[in-house]
Amino acid sequence: MACYLTTASHLALYRSVLVVLVLLALAAPLALGIGFLGALAMRSRNALLRPLGTLYVSMVRGVPDIIFFLFVPFAIDQGVEYARHRILCPDWDQPVRQGNDFIVCAAAKMPLATDPAWVHDLWGFLLALAAFALVFGAFAANTLQGAMAAVPRGQLETAEAYGMTPGQAFRRILLPQMWVYALPGLSNLWMILTKATPLLFLLGIQDVVYWARELGGQKTGVYAYPHPDWRVWYFMGVLAFYLLLTWSSQKVFDRLMVRMSHGQATAGGEALRRAGA
Amino acid sequence: MKKLLLSAAILALGTSGALAQSVIRLATEGAYPPYNFVNESNQLEGFDIDVGNAVCERAGLTCEWVQNDWDSIIPNLVSGNYDAIVAGMSATEARAEVISFSQAYKLPDPSAYMALAGTDASVMTEGVIAAQSNTFQADMVAETSATLVEFASPDETIAAVRNGTADAVLADREFLMTYVTDSNGEFELLATVPSPGDGVSIGLRQSDTELRATFDAALDAMKADGSLNALLVQWFGEETLLFD
Repeated sequence: MACYLTTASHLALYRSVLVVLVLLALAAPLALGIGFLGALAMRSRNALLRPLGTLYVSMVRGVPDIIFFLFVPFAIDQGVEYARHRILCPDWDQPVRQGNDFIVCAAAKMPLATDPAWVHDLWGFLLALAAFALVFGAFAANTLQGAMAAVPRGQLETAEAYGMTPGQAFRRILLPQMWVYALPGLSNLWMILTKATPLLFLLGIQDVVYWARELGGQKTGVYAYPHPDWRVWYFMGVLAFYLLLTWSSQKVFDRLMVRMSHGQATAGGEALRRAGA
Repeated sequence: MKKLLLSAAILALGTSGALAQSVIRLATEGAYPPYNFVNESNQLEGFDIDVGNAVCERAGLTCEWVQNDWDSIIPNLVSGNYDAIVAGMSATEARAEVISFSQAYKLPDPSAYMALAGTDASVMTEGVIAAQSNTFQADMVAETSATLVEFASPDETIAAVRNGTADAVLADREFLMTYVTDSNGEFELLATVPSPGDGVSIGLRQSDTELRATFDAALDAMKADGSLNALLVQWFGEETLLFD
Protein backbone atom coordinates (compact mmCIF):
# COMPACT_ATOMS: atom_id res chain seq x y z
CA MET A 1 0.00 0.00 0.00
CA ALA A 2 2.76 2.41 0.93
CA CYS A 3 4.50 1.48 -2.31
CA TYR A 4 1.34 2.16 -4.26
CA LEU A 5 0.86 5.60 -2.73
CA THR A 6 4.45 6.63 -3.40
CA THR A 7 4.69 5.69 -7.09
CA ALA A 8 6.01 8.44 -9.33
CA SER A 9 2.51 9.11 -10.64
CA HIS A 10 1.19 9.55 -7.10
CA LEU A 11 4.03 11.94 -6.36
CA ALA A 12 2.86 13.84 -9.44
CA LEU A 13 -0.61 14.01 -7.87
CA TYR A 14 0.81 15.53 -4.69
CA ARG A 15 2.87 17.98 -6.73
CA SER A 16 -0.21 18.99 -8.71
CA VAL A 17 -1.75 20.27 -5.46
CA LEU A 18 1.18 22.68 -5.23
CA VAL A 19 0.77 23.67 -8.90
CA VAL A 20 -2.86 24.57 -8.19
CA LEU A 21 -1.92 26.58 -5.09
CA VAL A 22 0.86 28.45 -6.92
CA LEU A 23 -1.46 29.23 -9.80
CA LEU A 24 -4.08 30.59 -7.39
CA ALA A 25 -1.50 32.60 -5.46
CA LEU A 26 -0.32 34.24 -8.70
CA ALA A 27 -3.63 34.50 -10.56
CA ALA A 28 -5.55 36.20 -7.75
CA PRO A 29 -3.31 39.29 -7.37
CA LEU A 30 -2.88 39.52 -11.14
CA ALA A 31 -6.63 39.40 -11.71
CA LEU A 32 -7.12 41.97 -8.96
CA GLY A 33 -4.57 44.24 -10.62
CA ILE A 34 -6.16 43.90 -14.04
CA GLY A 35 -9.56 44.36 -12.42
CA PHE A 36 -8.38 47.56 -10.74
CA LEU A 37 -7.10 48.97 -14.03
CA GLY A 38 -10.32 47.88 -15.74
CA ALA A 39 -12.42 49.60 -13.08
CA LEU A 40 -10.37 52.79 -13.42
CA ALA A 41 -10.80 52.66 -17.20
CA MET A 42 -14.56 52.22 -16.82
CA ARG A 43 -14.75 55.26 -14.49
CA SER A 44 -12.39 57.35 -16.55
CA ARG A 45 -13.58 60.50 -18.31
CA ASN A 46 -11.21 59.74 -21.18
CA ALA A 47 -13.20 59.10 -24.36
CA LEU A 48 -10.85 56.29 -25.38
CA LEU A 49 -10.26 54.54 -22.05
CA ARG A 50 -13.87 54.26 -20.96
CA PRO A 51 -15.21 52.39 -24.01
CA LEU A 52 -12.10 50.21 -23.95
CA GLY A 53 -12.65 49.20 -20.32
CA THR A 54 -16.36 48.68 -20.87
CA LEU A 55 -15.70 46.59 -23.98
CA TYR A 56 -13.18 44.38 -22.16
CA VAL A 57 -15.44 43.79 -19.18
CA SER A 58 -18.65 43.17 -21.08
CA MET A 59 -16.94 40.97 -23.67
CA VAL A 60 -15.30 38.66 -21.15
CA ARG A 61 -18.40 38.57 -18.97
CA GLY A 62 -20.61 37.79 -21.94
CA VAL A 63 -18.63 34.92 -23.49
CA PRO A 64 -18.39 31.46 -21.86
CA ASP A 65 -15.17 31.05 -19.85
CA ILE A 66 -14.19 27.87 -21.62
CA ILE A 67 -13.98 29.71 -24.95
CA PHE A 68 -11.60 32.22 -23.43
CA PHE A 69 -9.51 29.46 -21.91
CA LEU A 70 -9.13 27.93 -25.35
CA PHE A 71 -8.76 31.21 -27.20
CA VAL A 72 -6.46 33.33 -25.03
CA PRO A 73 -3.53 30.87 -24.75
CA PHE A 74 -3.65 30.03 -28.47
CA ALA A 75 -3.86 33.71 -29.38
CA ILE A 76 -0.98 34.73 -27.11
CA ASP A 77 1.13 31.75 -28.20
CA GLN A 78 0.64 32.38 -31.91
CA GLY A 79 0.92 36.14 -31.45
CA VAL A 80 4.28 35.84 -29.68
CA GLU A 81 5.55 33.33 -32.25
CA TYR A 82 4.44 35.54 -35.12
CA ALA A 83 6.21 38.57 -33.65
CA ARG A 84 9.41 36.57 -33.05
CA HIS A 85 9.13 35.18 -36.57
CA ARG A 86 9.00 38.67 -38.10
CA ILE A 87 12.02 39.79 -36.08
CA LEU A 88 14.20 36.66 -36.15
CA CYS A 89 13.54 35.31 -39.66
CA PRO A 90 13.15 38.27 -42.03
CA ASP A 91 14.27 36.19 -45.06
CA TRP A 92 11.54 33.58 -44.64
CA ASP A 93 9.59 33.43 -47.90
CA GLN A 94 6.81 30.96 -47.08
CA PRO A 95 3.48 32.11 -45.72
CA VAL A 96 2.88 31.67 -41.99
CA ARG A 97 -0.57 30.26 -42.58
CA GLN A 98 -0.63 27.30 -44.96
CA GLY A 99 -4.12 25.87 -45.05
CA ASN A 100 -4.82 24.79 -41.48
CA ASP A 101 -1.21 24.99 -40.45
CA PHE A 102 0.47 27.77 -38.50
CA ILE A 103 4.14 27.66 -39.44
CA VAL A 104 6.93 29.89 -38.20
CA CYS A 105 10.66 29.35 -38.57
CA ALA A 106 12.31 27.08 -36.01
CA ALA A 107 14.10 29.96 -34.29
CA ALA A 108 10.79 31.74 -33.63
CA LYS A 109 9.17 28.84 -31.81
CA MET A 110 8.10 29.68 -28.28
CA PRO A 111 9.58 27.79 -26.56
CA LEU A 112 12.14 26.34 -28.96
CA ALA A 113 11.64 22.70 -29.93
CA THR A 114 15.08 22.00 -28.47
CA ASP A 115 14.16 23.41 -25.07
CA PRO A 116 13.76 20.79 -22.34
CA ALA A 117 10.29 19.72 -21.25
CA TRP A 118 10.20 21.98 -18.19
CA VAL A 119 10.47 25.09 -20.35
CA HIS A 120 7.41 23.92 -22.28
CA ASP A 121 5.63 23.27 -18.99
CA LEU A 122 6.58 26.69 -17.67
CA TRP A 123 5.37 28.39 -20.85
CA GLY A 124 2.08 26.49 -20.69
CA PHE A 125 1.71 27.54 -17.06
CA LEU A 126 2.30 31.20 -17.93
CA LEU A 127 -0.27 31.05 -20.74
CA ALA A 128 -2.78 29.51 -18.34
CA LEU A 129 -1.98 32.21 -15.81
CA ALA A 130 -2.61 34.90 -18.43
CA ALA A 131 -5.95 33.32 -19.35
CA PHE A 132 -7.05 33.15 -15.71
CA ALA A 133 -5.94 36.72 -15.00
CA LEU A 134 -7.75 38.10 -18.08
CA VAL A 135 -11.01 36.27 -17.44
CA PHE A 136 -11.18 36.87 -13.69
CA GLY A 137 -9.83 40.40 -14.12
CA ALA A 138 -12.97 41.36 -16.01
CA PHE A 139 -15.21 40.11 -13.21
CA ALA A 140 -13.02 41.85 -10.63
CA ALA A 141 -13.20 45.09 -12.66
CA ASN A 142 -16.96 45.04 -12.52
CA THR A 143 -16.98 44.33 -8.78
CA LEU A 144 -14.47 47.09 -8.04
CA GLN A 145 -16.26 49.57 -10.25
CA GLY A 146 -19.47 48.86 -8.35
CA ALA A 147 -17.65 49.20 -5.04
CA MET A 148 -16.17 52.57 -6.04
CA ALA A 149 -19.63 53.78 -6.96
CA ALA A 150 -21.03 52.55 -3.63
CA VAL A 151 -18.88 54.81 -1.42
CA PRO A 152 -21.31 57.49 -0.13
CA ARG A 153 -21.14 60.70 -2.14
CA GLY A 154 -21.05 62.70 1.09
CA GLN A 155 -17.59 61.32 1.90
CA LEU A 156 -16.17 62.66 -1.36
CA GLU A 157 -17.99 65.97 -0.99
CA THR A 158 -16.38 66.40 2.42
CA ALA A 159 -12.99 65.67 0.88
CA GLU A 160 -13.63 68.35 -1.75
CA ALA A 161 -14.70 70.77 0.98
CA TYR A 162 -11.32 70.20 2.66
CA GLY A 163 -9.69 71.25 -0.59
CA MET A 164 -8.43 67.85 -1.73
CA THR A 165 -7.72 67.41 -5.42
CA PRO A 166 -9.67 64.62 -7.19
CA GLY A 167 -6.54 62.46 -7.04
CA GLN A 168 -6.13 62.99 -3.31
CA ALA A 169 -9.81 62.32 -2.68
CA PHE A 170 -9.53 59.10 -4.67
CA ARG A 171 -6.46 57.84 -2.85
CA ARG A 172 -7.28 58.98 0.67
CA ILE A 173 -11.05 58.69 0.85
CA LEU A 174 -12.47 56.48 -1.88
CA LEU A 175 -9.80 53.79 -2.07
CA PRO A 176 -9.71 52.91 1.65
CA GLN A 177 -13.49 52.87 1.89
CA MET A 178 -14.39 50.92 -1.22
CA TRP A 179 -12.93 47.58 -0.07
CA VAL A 180 -15.76 46.90 2.35
CA TYR A 181 -18.17 47.08 -0.60
CA ALA A 182 -15.92 45.06 -2.89
CA LEU A 183 -15.08 42.27 -0.48
CA PRO A 184 -18.24 40.13 -0.79
CA GLY A 185 -17.98 40.18 -4.58
CA LEU A 186 -14.24 39.52 -4.54
CA SER A 187 -14.63 36.62 -2.12
CA ASN A 188 -17.18 35.09 -4.51
CA LEU A 189 -14.70 35.45 -7.34
CA TRP A 190 -11.94 33.84 -5.31
CA MET A 191 -14.14 30.87 -4.50
CA ILE A 192 -15.00 30.42 -8.19
CA LEU A 193 -11.33 30.78 -9.14
CA THR A 194 -10.24 28.04 -6.71
CA LYS A 195 -12.65 25.64 -8.34
CA ALA A 196 -11.87 26.62 -11.93
CA THR A 197 -8.47 24.95 -11.95
CA PRO A 198 -9.67 21.72 -13.67
CA LEU A 199 -9.88 23.91 -16.79
CA LEU A 200 -6.08 23.81 -16.67
CA PHE A 201 -6.04 20.40 -18.26
CA LEU A 202 -7.44 21.92 -21.44
CA LEU A 203 -4.14 23.79 -21.59
CA GLY A 204 -2.03 20.70 -20.99
CA ILE A 205 -1.38 21.34 -17.30
CA GLN A 206 -2.16 18.37 -15.12
CA ASP A 207 -4.00 19.60 -12.06
CA VAL A 208 -5.26 17.67 -9.05
CA VAL A 209 -8.58 16.70 -10.68
CA TYR A 210 -6.78 15.30 -13.73
CA TRP A 211 -4.57 13.12 -11.55
CA ALA A 212 -7.48 11.95 -9.40
CA ARG A 213 -9.31 10.84 -12.53
CA GLU A 214 -6.23 9.33 -14.13
CA LEU A 215 -5.09 7.40 -11.05
CA GLY A 216 -8.58 6.44 -9.90
CA GLY A 217 -9.68 5.10 -13.28
CA GLN A 218 -9.67 1.36 -13.78
CA LYS A 219 -6.20 -0.06 -14.38
CA THR A 220 -6.06 -3.19 -16.51
CA GLY A 221 -3.37 -5.85 -16.51
CA VAL A 222 -0.94 -3.75 -18.55
CA TYR A 223 -0.28 -1.61 -15.45
CA ALA A 224 1.94 -2.65 -12.56
CA TYR A 225 -0.83 -2.15 -9.98
CA PRO A 226 -4.08 -3.26 -11.64
CA HIS A 227 -7.18 -2.14 -9.75
CA PRO A 228 -10.89 -1.56 -10.45
CA ASP A 229 -12.49 1.88 -10.67
CA TRP A 230 -11.31 3.71 -7.54
CA ARG A 231 -12.25 7.18 -8.64
CA VAL A 232 -14.73 7.64 -5.81
CA TRP A 233 -11.89 7.42 -3.25
CA TYR A 234 -9.63 9.76 -5.16
CA PHE A 235 -12.42 12.25 -5.64
CA MET A 236 -13.17 12.10 -1.90
CA GLY A 237 -9.61 13.27 -1.39
CA VAL A 238 -10.09 16.06 -3.91
CA LEU A 239 -13.35 16.99 -2.16
CA ALA A 240 -11.53 17.24 1.17
CA PHE A 241 -8.81 19.38 -0.43
CA TYR A 242 -11.26 21.85 -1.96
CA LEU A 243 -13.44 22.01 1.16
CA LEU A 244 -10.38 22.74 3.27
CA LEU A 245 -9.27 25.40 0.80
CA THR A 246 -12.64 27.17 0.62
CA TRP A 247 -13.23 26.83 4.38
CA SER A 248 -9.91 28.44 5.26
CA SER A 249 -10.45 31.12 2.59
CA GLN A 250 -13.81 31.93 4.16
CA LYS A 251 -12.11 32.35 7.57
CA VAL A 252 -9.65 34.80 6.06
CA PHE A 253 -12.38 36.76 4.31
CA ASP A 254 -14.42 36.94 7.53
CA ARG A 255 -11.49 38.47 9.39
CA LEU A 256 -10.77 40.86 6.53
CA MET A 257 -14.39 41.96 6.52
CA VAL A 258 -14.24 42.79 10.24
CA ARG A 259 -11.07 44.84 9.73
CA MET A 260 -12.46 46.70 6.74
CA SER A 261 -15.73 47.49 8.50
CA HIS A 262 -14.09 49.46 11.32
CA GLY A 263 -15.35 53.01 11.30
CA GLN A 264 -17.37 52.54 8.12
CA ALA A 265 -20.83 53.99 7.57
CA THR A 266 -22.23 50.53 6.92
CA ALA A 267 -24.40 48.20 9.00
CA GLY A 268 -21.28 46.10 9.71
CA GLY A 269 -19.32 49.16 10.82
CA GLU A 270 -22.22 50.32 13.01
CA ALA A 271 -22.46 46.90 14.68
CA LEU A 272 -18.73 47.01 15.47
CA ARG A 273 -19.06 50.53 16.92
CA ARG A 274 -21.91 49.47 19.21
CA ALA A 275 -20.13 46.33 20.34
CA GLY A 276 -17.11 48.45 21.18
CA ALA A 277 -19.08 51.14 23.00
CA MET B 1 5.96 22.38 -8.95
CA LYS B 2 9.27 20.77 -8.19
CA LYS B 3 9.88 21.14 -11.88
CA LEU B 4 9.09 24.83 -11.62
CA LEU B 5 11.51 25.39 -8.76
CA LEU B 6 14.10 23.35 -10.55
CA SER B 7 13.54 25.37 -13.69
CA ALA B 8 14.08 28.61 -11.81
CA ALA B 9 17.29 27.20 -10.40
CA ILE B 10 18.53 26.16 -13.83
CA LEU B 11 17.55 29.53 -15.30
CA ALA B 12 19.58 31.20 -12.58
CA LEU B 13 22.59 29.12 -13.52
CA GLY B 14 22.25 30.43 -17.02
CA THR B 15 22.57 27.14 -18.84
CA SER B 16 20.68 26.86 -22.09
CA GLY B 17 19.70 23.74 -23.95
CA ALA B 18 21.71 22.39 -26.83
CA LEU B 19 20.65 24.33 -29.88
CA ALA B 20 22.57 22.38 -32.48
CA GLN B 21 20.27 19.44 -33.07
CA SER B 22 16.62 19.82 -33.97
CA VAL B 23 14.12 17.98 -31.84
CA ILE B 24 10.95 16.37 -33.15
CA ARG B 25 8.14 16.61 -30.61
CA LEU B 26 5.68 13.72 -30.60
CA ALA B 27 2.27 14.03 -28.96
CA THR B 28 0.24 11.25 -27.42
CA GLU B 29 -2.85 11.03 -25.24
CA GLY B 30 -1.48 8.81 -22.46
CA ALA B 31 -4.88 7.39 -21.54
CA TYR B 32 -5.40 4.56 -24.04
CA PRO B 33 -3.82 1.30 -22.91
CA PRO B 34 -2.20 -0.64 -24.47
CA TYR B 35 -1.59 1.97 -27.21
CA ASN B 36 -0.35 4.69 -24.88
CA PHE B 37 -0.69 5.24 -21.16
CA VAL B 38 1.00 6.79 -18.15
CA ASN B 39 2.54 4.10 -15.99
CA GLU B 40 3.19 4.10 -12.25
CA SER B 41 6.55 5.76 -12.78
CA ASN B 42 4.74 8.70 -14.43
CA GLN B 43 6.32 7.68 -17.75
CA LEU B 44 4.55 7.23 -21.07
CA GLU B 45 4.43 3.61 -22.12
CA GLY B 46 2.70 1.47 -24.75
CA PHE B 47 2.70 0.38 -28.36
CA ASP B 48 2.61 3.95 -29.74
CA ILE B 49 5.56 4.96 -27.58
CA ASP B 50 7.63 1.98 -28.73
CA VAL B 51 6.78 2.62 -32.39
CA GLY B 52 7.54 6.35 -32.09
CA ASN B 53 10.88 5.71 -30.42
CA ALA B 54 11.84 3.06 -32.98
CA VAL B 55 10.90 5.31 -35.92
CA CYS B 56 12.94 8.19 -34.50
CA GLU B 57 15.91 5.95 -33.85
CA ARG B 58 15.89 4.64 -37.41
CA ALA B 59 15.50 8.10 -38.90
CA GLY B 60 18.29 9.43 -36.70
CA LEU B 61 15.97 12.00 -35.11
CA THR B 62 15.97 13.21 -31.54
CA CYS B 63 12.38 12.88 -30.37
CA GLU B 64 10.62 14.08 -27.27
CA TRP B 65 7.18 13.05 -26.03
CA VAL B 66 4.40 15.45 -25.12
CA GLN B 67 1.21 14.38 -23.39
CA ASN B 68 -1.87 16.18 -24.71
CA ASP B 69 -5.61 15.87 -24.15
CA TRP B 70 -7.33 13.98 -26.99
CA ASP B 71 -9.85 16.72 -27.77
CA SER B 72 -7.18 19.33 -28.44
CA ILE B 73 -4.55 17.01 -29.94
CA ILE B 74 -5.19 18.06 -33.59
CA PRO B 75 -5.55 21.85 -32.95
CA ASN B 76 -2.22 21.84 -31.09
CA LEU B 77 -0.53 20.01 -33.97
CA VAL B 78 -1.64 22.46 -36.66
CA SER B 79 -0.76 25.33 -34.33
CA GLY B 80 2.80 24.01 -34.24
CA ASN B 81 3.06 23.09 -30.55
CA TYR B 82 4.44 19.69 -31.54
CA ASP B 83 5.32 17.99 -34.81
CA ALA B 84 3.50 14.65 -34.93
CA ILE B 85 0.71 12.70 -33.26
CA VAL B 86 1.43 9.09 -32.32
CA ALA B 87 -1.68 8.24 -30.35
CA GLY B 88 -3.39 5.20 -31.82
CA MET B 89 -5.08 7.59 -34.25
CA SER B 90 -6.82 6.05 -37.24
CA ALA B 91 -6.28 7.75 -40.58
CA THR B 92 -9.89 8.63 -41.40
CA GLU B 93 -11.13 10.85 -44.20
CA ALA B 94 -12.50 13.45 -41.82
CA ARG B 95 -9.13 13.88 -40.09
CA ALA B 96 -7.25 13.80 -43.41
CA GLU B 97 -8.98 17.06 -44.31
CA VAL B 98 -7.17 18.81 -41.47
CA ILE B 99 -3.89 16.91 -41.08
CA SER B 100 -1.95 14.39 -43.13
CA PHE B 101 -0.97 10.85 -42.18
CA SER B 102 2.05 8.61 -42.55
CA GLN B 103 1.52 5.07 -43.80
CA ALA B 104 -0.24 2.82 -41.29
CA TYR B 105 1.81 1.30 -38.47
CA LYS B 106 -1.10 -0.91 -37.45
CA LEU B 107 -3.72 -2.41 -39.75
CA PRO B 108 -7.35 -1.34 -39.21
CA ASP B 109 -8.67 -3.13 -36.15
CA PRO B 110 -12.43 -3.72 -36.12
CA SER B 111 -14.45 -1.66 -33.65
CA ALA B 112 -16.50 -3.51 -31.09
CA TYR B 113 -19.48 -2.98 -28.82
CA MET B 114 -18.76 -3.99 -25.23
CA ALA B 115 -21.50 -4.35 -22.61
CA LEU B 116 -22.15 -5.98 -19.24
CA ALA B 117 -22.52 -9.74 -19.69
CA GLY B 118 -26.07 -10.71 -20.61
CA THR B 119 -26.95 -7.40 -22.29
CA ASP B 120 -29.32 -7.85 -25.23
CA ALA B 121 -27.79 -7.04 -28.62
CA SER B 122 -30.74 -4.73 -29.42
CA VAL B 123 -29.10 -1.95 -27.35
CA MET B 124 -26.85 -1.35 -30.36
CA THR B 125 -29.80 0.14 -32.19
CA GLU B 126 -32.17 1.16 -29.39
CA GLY B 127 -29.97 1.74 -26.35
CA VAL B 128 -27.51 4.32 -25.09
CA ILE B 129 -24.00 3.88 -26.50
CA ALA B 130 -20.88 5.50 -25.01
CA ALA B 131 -17.97 6.62 -27.19
CA GLN B 132 -14.98 8.90 -26.80
CA SER B 133 -15.53 12.34 -28.32
CA ASN B 134 -13.70 13.15 -31.56
CA THR B 135 -13.37 9.49 -32.53
CA PHE B 136 -14.82 7.86 -35.61
CA GLN B 137 -16.71 5.54 -33.27
CA ALA B 138 -18.63 8.56 -31.98
CA ASP B 139 -19.54 9.40 -35.58
CA MET B 140 -20.57 5.79 -36.22
CA VAL B 141 -22.93 5.77 -33.24
CA ALA B 142 -24.36 9.12 -34.29
CA GLU B 143 -25.40 7.53 -37.59
CA THR B 144 -27.28 4.66 -35.92
CA SER B 145 -30.64 5.03 -34.19
CA ALA B 146 -28.98 4.51 -30.80
CA THR B 147 -28.43 7.42 -28.40
CA LEU B 148 -24.82 8.62 -28.25
CA VAL B 149 -23.14 9.78 -25.04
CA GLU B 150 -19.64 11.14 -25.49
CA PHE B 151 -16.82 11.22 -22.94
CA ALA B 152 -13.50 13.02 -23.07
CA SER B 153 -11.37 10.03 -22.07
CA PRO B 154 -11.49 6.31 -22.94
CA ASP B 155 -11.61 5.25 -19.29
CA GLU B 156 -14.81 7.23 -18.71
CA THR B 157 -16.59 5.36 -21.51
CA ILE B 158 -15.88 2.05 -19.75
CA ALA B 159 -16.98 3.46 -16.38
CA ALA B 160 -20.24 4.65 -18.01
CA VAL B 161 -21.08 1.09 -19.02
CA ARG B 162 -20.20 -0.27 -15.61
CA ASN B 163 -22.38 2.20 -13.71
CA GLY B 164 -25.29 1.95 -16.14
CA THR B 165 -25.09 5.42 -17.75
CA ALA B 166 -24.64 3.66 -21.09
CA ASP B 167 -25.78 0.22 -22.25
CA ALA B 168 -22.64 -0.43 -24.26
CA VAL B 169 -19.45 1.24 -25.45
CA LEU B 170 -18.16 1.34 -29.03
CA ALA B 171 -14.36 1.48 -29.32
CA ASP B 172 -11.36 -0.24 -30.91
CA ARG B 173 -11.70 -3.96 -30.26
CA GLU B 174 -8.16 -4.46 -29.02
CA PHE B 175 -8.51 -1.61 -26.54
CA LEU B 176 -11.69 -3.24 -25.15
CA MET B 177 -10.21 -6.75 -25.07
CA THR B 178 -8.00 -6.05 -22.03
CA TYR B 179 -11.08 -4.83 -20.13
CA VAL B 180 -13.01 -7.97 -21.14
CA THR B 181 -10.22 -10.31 -20.03
CA ASP B 182 -9.62 -8.39 -16.79
CA SER B 183 -13.30 -8.29 -15.84
CA ASN B 184 -13.67 -12.05 -15.18
CA GLY B 185 -16.89 -12.26 -17.14
CA GLU B 186 -18.41 -8.93 -16.09
CA PHE B 187 -17.99 -7.51 -19.60
CA GLU B 188 -18.45 -9.15 -23.00
CA LEU B 189 -18.26 -8.07 -26.62
CA LEU B 190 -21.68 -7.83 -28.29
CA ALA B 191 -20.55 -7.46 -31.88
CA THR B 192 -17.71 -6.19 -34.01
CA VAL B 193 -18.05 -3.78 -36.91
CA PRO B 194 -15.42 -2.87 -39.50
CA SER B 195 -13.55 0.39 -38.84
CA PRO B 196 -13.19 3.04 -41.55
CA GLY B 197 -9.81 4.38 -42.59
CA ASP B 198 -6.46 2.91 -43.53
CA GLY B 199 -5.36 1.89 -40.05
CA VAL B 200 -3.47 3.55 -37.23
CA SER B 201 -1.02 6.15 -38.54
CA ILE B 202 1.22 8.99 -37.41
CA GLY B 203 -0.54 12.35 -37.81
CA LEU B 204 1.46 15.24 -39.27
CA ARG B 205 0.89 18.80 -40.47
CA GLN B 206 -0.15 18.82 -44.14
CA SER B 207 2.70 21.18 -44.98
CA ASP B 208 5.28 18.93 -43.31
CA THR B 209 5.91 16.62 -46.30
CA GLU B 210 9.57 16.15 -45.44
CA LEU B 211 8.90 14.66 -42.02
CA ARG B 212 6.19 12.45 -43.49
CA ALA B 213 8.65 11.02 -46.03
CA THR B 214 11.18 10.39 -43.23
CA PHE B 215 8.60 8.58 -41.09
CA ASP B 216 7.32 6.56 -44.06
CA ALA B 217 10.84 5.40 -44.92
CA ALA B 218 11.48 4.36 -41.32
CA LEU B 219 8.16 2.50 -41.17
CA ASP B 220 9.00 0.74 -44.46
CA ALA B 221 12.26 -0.49 -42.95
CA MET B 222 10.52 -1.64 -39.77
CA LYS B 223 7.95 -3.56 -41.80
CA ALA B 224 10.66 -5.14 -43.95
CA ASP B 225 12.76 -6.45 -41.06
CA GLY B 226 9.81 -7.62 -38.97
CA SER B 227 10.49 -5.36 -36.00
CA LEU B 228 7.08 -3.67 -36.33
CA ASN B 229 5.35 -7.07 -36.26
CA ALA B 230 7.36 -7.96 -33.16
CA LEU B 231 6.05 -4.84 -31.41
CA LEU B 232 2.49 -5.65 -32.50
CA VAL B 233 2.75 -9.14 -31.00
CA GLN B 234 4.35 -7.76 -27.85
CA TRP B 235 1.50 -5.35 -27.14
CA PHE B 236 -1.55 -6.99 -28.73
CA GLY B 237 -0.81 -10.72 -28.55
CA GLU B 238 -0.44 -13.42 -31.15
CA GLU B 239 -3.88 -12.98 -32.73
CA THR B 240 -3.40 -9.41 -33.86
CA LEU B 241 -3.23 -8.56 -37.58
CA LEU B 242 0.37 -8.46 -38.79
CA PHE B 243 2.01 -6.82 -41.81
CA ASP B 244 3.11 -9.22 -44.56
